[in-house]
Amino acid sequence: MTASGGVTAIEARDVVLSFGETPALRGASLAVDEGEIVAIMGPSGSGKSTLLHCLAGILIPSAGEVHFEGGRVDRLGEIERSVLRRDRFGFVFQFGQLVPELTAQENVALPLLLGGVRRGAAMSAALPWFERLGLAGLERRRSGELSGGQAQRVALARGLVARPSVLFADEPTGALDSITGEQVMNLLVDSAQEQRTTVVLVTHEARVAAYADRQVIVRDGKVNALVHS
Amino acid sequence: MSVPLTLLGLLEREPSHGYDLKRDYDTFFNRGKPLPFGQVYATLGRLARDGKIMIGDVEPGVGPDRKRYVITELGVTEVDAWLTEPVEPEPNLQTVLFSKVVLALMLGRPAEEYLDTQRAAHLRRMKELTAVKRGGNLVDVLLADHGLFHLEADLHWIDTTVVRLDALRTVVTA
Ligand SMILES: Nc1ncnc2c1ncn2[C@@H]1O[C@H](COP(=O)(O)OP(=O)(O)OP(=O)(O)O)[C@@H](O)[C@H]1O
Ligand SMILES: [Mg+2]
Repeated sequence: MTASGGVTAIEARDVVLSFGETPALRGASLAVDEGEIVAIMGPSGSGKSTLLHCLAGILIPSAGEVHFEGGRVDRLGEIERSVLRRDRFGFVFQFGQLVPELTAQENVALPLLLGGVRRGAAMSAALPWFERLGLAGLERRRSGELSGGQAQRVALARGLVARPSVLFADEPTGALDSITGEQVMNLLVDSAQEQRTTVVLVTHEARVAAYADRQVIVRDGKVNALVHS
Repeated sequence: MSVPLTLLGLLEREPSHGYDLKRDYDTFFNRGKPLPFGQVYATLGRLARDGKIMIGDVEPGVGPDRKRYVITELGVTEVDAWLTEPVEPEPNLQTVLFSKVVLALMLGRPAEEYLDTQRAAHLRRMKELTAVKRGGNLVDVLLADHGLFHLEADLHWIDTTVVRLDALRTVVTA
């Protein structure tokens, strides 16, 4: 249980991590409820992305714990963590990370293909996302033939297509203008609510964070809840 | 306040009764905070006195709503000038927030805490406006957007001010 009375989906407890001499996290704690959308805000270099990567099992903290559904993510081996990421998590990052050799539709289908879904079924599941994201007609384009905003929406579809338990999004609207960013956020929130996906969203934009159920601020490697008067 | 100019502008569309003006004002310009009838008629009275509108046909019956108001040439000119001239881009150098920060620093009070509280209040309001947007029609969306962008600008100011608090303290307590 958390302060808000929900069931915790994923949690970092007193997480510490340094890159060489540079301390990135100095005892960061954050618990996110199932189905909750949390926005992590804070100045550049404060440790937002590092915290996201620790929660997602991409980075292993040198101290502290990361819990997901009762298990310790930080105690899993390399292979177990990559299976966890593939089967349970979705990802959207600021810069495309689409596979350039694949078409947009194949990119969206990728998490399903990697999870063992047959190609036909994976491609069918990917298709409706193009309509929903205003990308109909671009299914066969390669990432080099998409605008930054289009590529970003394809990346969002790819992050959600396998109905992950948790979606990790790092500046998902970073490359988008206000209106496109708004479309992406509306879609992200609608899809997350519909699929009961928990969302951990990193953004430095307050207008984007305002779509979340809750906002926290990372400062100097620690998480501060918002102080309400 | 631009109530007189807005009503004047509504009259430029077509001659109208006070009731119609109030309805359109509440629908498009002042959502969630209806304009009192008293203010509508007081404003129309002043506009008529200043020669910007005239009272047109008076219909039989009783009550103020028998009157139809018609814009004059002077009124049209005024609306045109208002629409054409840019709004004074307020430098906002004397905002309440600014004054609070400087005063807090002068008094040795926790300016950063005040700003954190303000940030939380701003974010909460932005969350509310975003909810309005997600459930709203286009007029709601545009009005909410206006609020959101302004609140966002305040937040940028809050964030940069937090970074500069130590330097500012030195200046204002010198
Ligand atoms: N791979 C890395 N190697 C070395 N230092 C790193 C690495 N990644 C991050 N850092 C450092 O760790 C700190 C936290 O970085 P992080 O990327 O988490 O910040 P952030 O809050 O996401 O910033 P931004 O808003 O700019 O994306 C910074 O000082 C950064 O320079
Ligand atoms: Mg980052």
